[in-house]
Amino acid sequence: MSDKSKSITNTQVSRRAVLAGGAALTASLFAPKHLRAADFPTEAVNTTGLAVTDDTVTIGILHSVTGTMAISETGSVQAEKLAIEQINAQGGILGRKIEYIQEDGASDWPTFAEKAKKLLVNDKVASVMGCWTSASRKAVLPVFEQYNGFLYYPTFYEGLEESPNVIYTGQEATQQIIAGLDWVAKEKGAKSFYLLGSDYIWPRTSNKIARKHIENFLDGAKVVGEEYYPLGHTQFNSVINKIRLKKPDVIYAIVVGGSNVAFYKQLKAAGIDMTKESPIVLTISVTEDEIRGIGGENIEGAYACMKYFQSLENENNAAFVSAFKEMWGDDMVIGDVTQAAYLGPWLWKAAVEKAGSFDVDKVRAATPGIELTSAPEGYVKVHENHHLWSKTRVGKAKLDGQYEVVFETADLVEPDPFPEGYQ
Amino acid sequence: MKRSFSSFMTRQDMVGFAILAVVIFVLLPISLDTFRLNLFGKYLTYAFVAIGLVLCWGAGGILSLGQGVFFGLGGYCMAMFLKLEASTPENTSIQSTPGIPDFMDWNQLTALPAWWEPFHSLAFALFAVVAVPVFFAFIIGVAMFRRRVGGVYFAIITQAFAAILTILIIGQQGYTGGVNGITDLRTLKGWDIRTDEAKEILYYVNGVMLFVVLFAAQFIRKSKLGRLLIAMRDQEDRVRFSGYDVAAFKIFVFCAGAAFAGIGGAMFTLQVGFMSPTLVGIVPSIEMVIFCAVGGRISILGAVYGALLVNWAKTTFSESFPELWLLGLGALFIAVVMVFPNGLAGVYSEHVAPRINRLFNKSAADMAGAKTPAE
Amino acid sequence: MFSDYSMGELGAIFAMQGFAGLILFSVFVLMALGLAIIFGQMGVINMAHGEFMILGAYVTYLTSNFFSAYIPALFGMYFFVAMALAFLASGALGLFVEWAMIRHLYKRPLDTLLATWGLSLILQQIYRSVFGAREVGVTIPDWMIGSLPVTDMIEVPINGIFVMVLAVGISMAVYYMMFRSVWGRQVRAINQNRVMAGAVGINTEWTDRLTFGIGCGVAGVAGSAFTMIGSTGPTAGQLYIVDTFLVVVFGGAASLLGTIASAFSISQAQSIMEFFLSGSMAKVLTLLTVVGILMLRPQGLFALKLRK
Repeated sequence: MSDKSKSITNTQVSRRAVLAGGAALTASLFAPKHLRAADFPTEAVNTTGLAVTDDTVTIGILHSVTGTMAISETGSVQAEKLAIEQINAQGGILGRKIEYIQEDGASDWPTFAEKAKKLLVNDKVASVMGCWTSASRKAVLPVFEQYNGFLYYPTFYEGLEESPNVIYTGQEATQQIIAGLDWVAKEKGAKSFYLLGSDYIWPRTSNKIARKHIENFLDGAKVVGEEYYPLGHTQFNSVINKIRLKKPDVIYAIVVGGSNVAFYKQLKAAGIDMTKESPIVLTISVTEDEIRGIGGENIEGAYACMKYFQSLENENNAAFVSAFKEMWGDDMVIGDVTQAAYLGPWLWKAAVEKAGSFDVDKVRAATPGIELTSAPEGYVKVHENHHLWSKTRVGKAKLDGQYEVVFETADLVEPDPFPEGYQ
Repeated sequence: MKRSFSSFMTRQDMVGFAILAVVIFVLLPISLDTFRLNLFGKYLTYAFVAIGLVLCWGAGGILSLGQGVFFGLGGYCMAMFLKLEASTPENTSIQSTPGIPDFMDWNQLTALPAWWEPFHSLAFALFAVVAVPVFFAFIIGVAMFRRRVGGVYFAIITQAFAAILTILIIGQQGYTGGVNGITDLRTLKGWDIRTDEAKEILYYVNGVMLFVVLFAAQFIRKSKLGRLLIAMRDQEDRVRFSGYDVAAFKIFVFCAGAAFAGIGGAMFTLQVGFMSPTLVGIVPSIEMVIFCAVGGRISILGAVYGALLVNWAKTTFSESFPELWLLGLGALFIAVVMVFPNGLAGVYSEHVAPRINRLFNKSAADMAGAKTPAE
Repeated sequence: MFSDYSMGELGAIFAMQGFAGLILFSVFVLMALGLAIIFGQMGVINMAHGEFMILGAYVTYLTSNFFSAYIPALFGMYFFVAMALAFLASGALGLFVEWAMIRHLYKRPLDTLLATWGLSLILQQIYRSVFGAREVGVTIPDWMIGSLPVTDMIEVPINGIFVMVLAVGISMAVYYMMFRSVWGRQVRAINQNRVMAGAVGINTEWTDRLTFGIGCGVAGVAGSAFTMIGSTGPTAGQLYIVDTFLVVVFGGAASLLGTIASAFSISQAQSIMEFFLSGSMAKVLTLLTVVGILMLRPQGLFALKLRK
């Protein structure tokens, strides 16, 4: 079939963008030793028949560019392409340029499984950057395990999974949730929580963890309501009334997709002014990407808890943001997942170079302990359990659609996909 | 009553069946690798639904926009059995309650719900694959057809069922796996269904089942029932006034369509390795109608080719132009309605068949019978 | 569940919940009116209805951008301009679609369903190519945001009032057009007897086209209004499809009054159930109740005739 492999070298990215982004990254990643392909003969670095030639290596990008999830996944695709571009500008991996084959999961889980299999079986890609929803990951997981593929998965998600064939570059639920709850209880004195979510596994599992934490670990705090609405639901007046009745200190909202927009607009219209912080709105599902649809004026004053915000102040992030805008346009915003997706190719590069091979088994063995000092979020490190050590931050939404970082954990938070005491 | 074979199948039908058999059992397996063959196996599972739609819609004039419900119910019945088999206490020893499916454990269930228990038995699961969809179809059918609801109303109410079932499955994730569906299915009675050989064998099983369904559909069409259906489609009142119980025939054919869809769903689960609510909802249900329409709503063989063609086009198109395939799909919908209302079958019977006939110097009289108007 | 609250609080909450039900009612009326005109008068099922609404929403988005860039002084009033433009844009597209597609399919109502589904896919992809896959944020004039405090507990969202006023206004306009205007008389005449209507000199083709156009235009206005309460993205239109169809079918075809009555009963039922149950279950129960009643009374609440 017609493979849409595309050479990266001739796309539209300007040299400046690449240098801007690349400079910060190379400076800290590996000293700029130029790895030449000749030093790594193909038959030595690729013993399992992957799509590696003397000067290229092919990977897959598997996201939805059509269907309902395209809204969310676009940013991830852009970030992954940027990272690939920058890696190539630095000379690629083991002297080989990265080429990619992009497939569309079309927001449909069987299609994801089908395309994953195509990438692994037909195209023999060396790794795959992809998936966004848990459902799509669950659908492709057996494929990756059966054909021993290697997937970099960018989304914050519910945990309860630890596959040898997946690196989870987003946060699992406990990393994202606990620090935020502790913060709101300590800083804001919050005692009562109303848990709200879209009806599927991530919000339900996250709220379960949140409830356990609130009831067992926060002194005197309680959950006064917990509720779920179908995906795509657009009428929230009833729940807003219930919230008024219960008068919680915190509305803990994990609403996703189009429902998000409806929820915040209606919350605002109902006279709940988030800037007055009574109640406080704390969310783990609204990144800068979502605010574009919601409108800054509708969510100003709400708090979000995740590991990355575009407004983060450090050199890596400044370089990343400017390179991203250079490549995809000035009006782009970057959310948590977009940044996590950007880490994927870099983590893979680091692991391949450490292993000195593209073979999946060797890359996997080399992966735990990989560090990225160049990550826009600061510094991350891969845990034995294939998740990342990362800091958790709380941001306050501003009128312009950006978050102001008001808190960050002092240390990296350990990933714990199967948390004891939270199940 | 003794019927001659020729009234069940004309020579032309036999040739059609034979050609399809060659395509499915010889041509595709030779020309495709296991991966692509498995894909075509998946497409063929949609053909089961499309064949059911030919009976309901093409012959009976009943358009159901909820066939995904039956496809999904069949698929879920199969998936429940496979999931239980995959969730042995040894495989699930890390869970707080070993021996139950992983998603139940995540949702704090500590015991298998009673209605899951029977699905430990393969025989029961296979029975349920057909029985559960038929049961629901029967209830819907009785309620609707006895009250003479038809046409657009029926279409919209079945669509609402698709919406309801999707929300229910997603909402009751402790019992159904929620939006993720039932995933990570491994073995069937100890036989690993994920290997390449298994995929090939399942492809052939699927093909055989498809022919069983095709023969059943052919039988229904050529029986008195089939002729009555067409009569009902065109002049329902006259059939009723002639003393026939119109509703009973409609209920029967709707149930048959549901049974076919259920079998298709089960074959889907076996070949793809999971089942999820995205196959139950409104969008897949409507897409299944288009497979039928592309094939030609009057031809059961056309339905099979329609399902193959549309899905193959979808896969190919989305591989080459991932951002544009919706345009193509949309255009296909419109084209098949406006330009080729009889779909592939129409193109065949109007353009190809006459030439073949001329070639073999056959009388054109045979052809006149095969030609049927769109609605 | 109410023992913890005083009577005053409970009264206030029920008042607000009643108001929430009314907002939902207005939303349903706006969604369904356009479809009811087309389906009731022409028997055509327009599966692209949601996409016509979203076209209205995108027009609103463009208008708001235009106003804030060129005439910021009048930004507060842009919404009315946007609604008019949304009506024109969706209506014009409707006229075109009728001419290009629908008029060939009047004898095959089920086929219009498929063709318009195809149209909805195409429109979605066009929106995605033009406006991007992400949702766009429509800035609402300040005076439309916020709420009016009636008492300490009761606050009434302004956009809710706006949607209600709009729903009433459009219903009255449709009623007037249908029962007082020449066009309405012609539509009803055609609906009763097409051949005869043609024989007495009514241009049936043009009336059909206009009816379809007006139905789509109303959808556009609804979409424009929904930018206040919902999201604007390429696939947002699909969120409304099932609800909209059920409202129309439940009301009984060919009856605008039925559509309004059905919107009222479904919205109140849903709103009450949402208050006592969790959101997902409320939705399922509402849908099941509606479908259950439709099974017992397939002609809908207010039916003229059905029997196929």
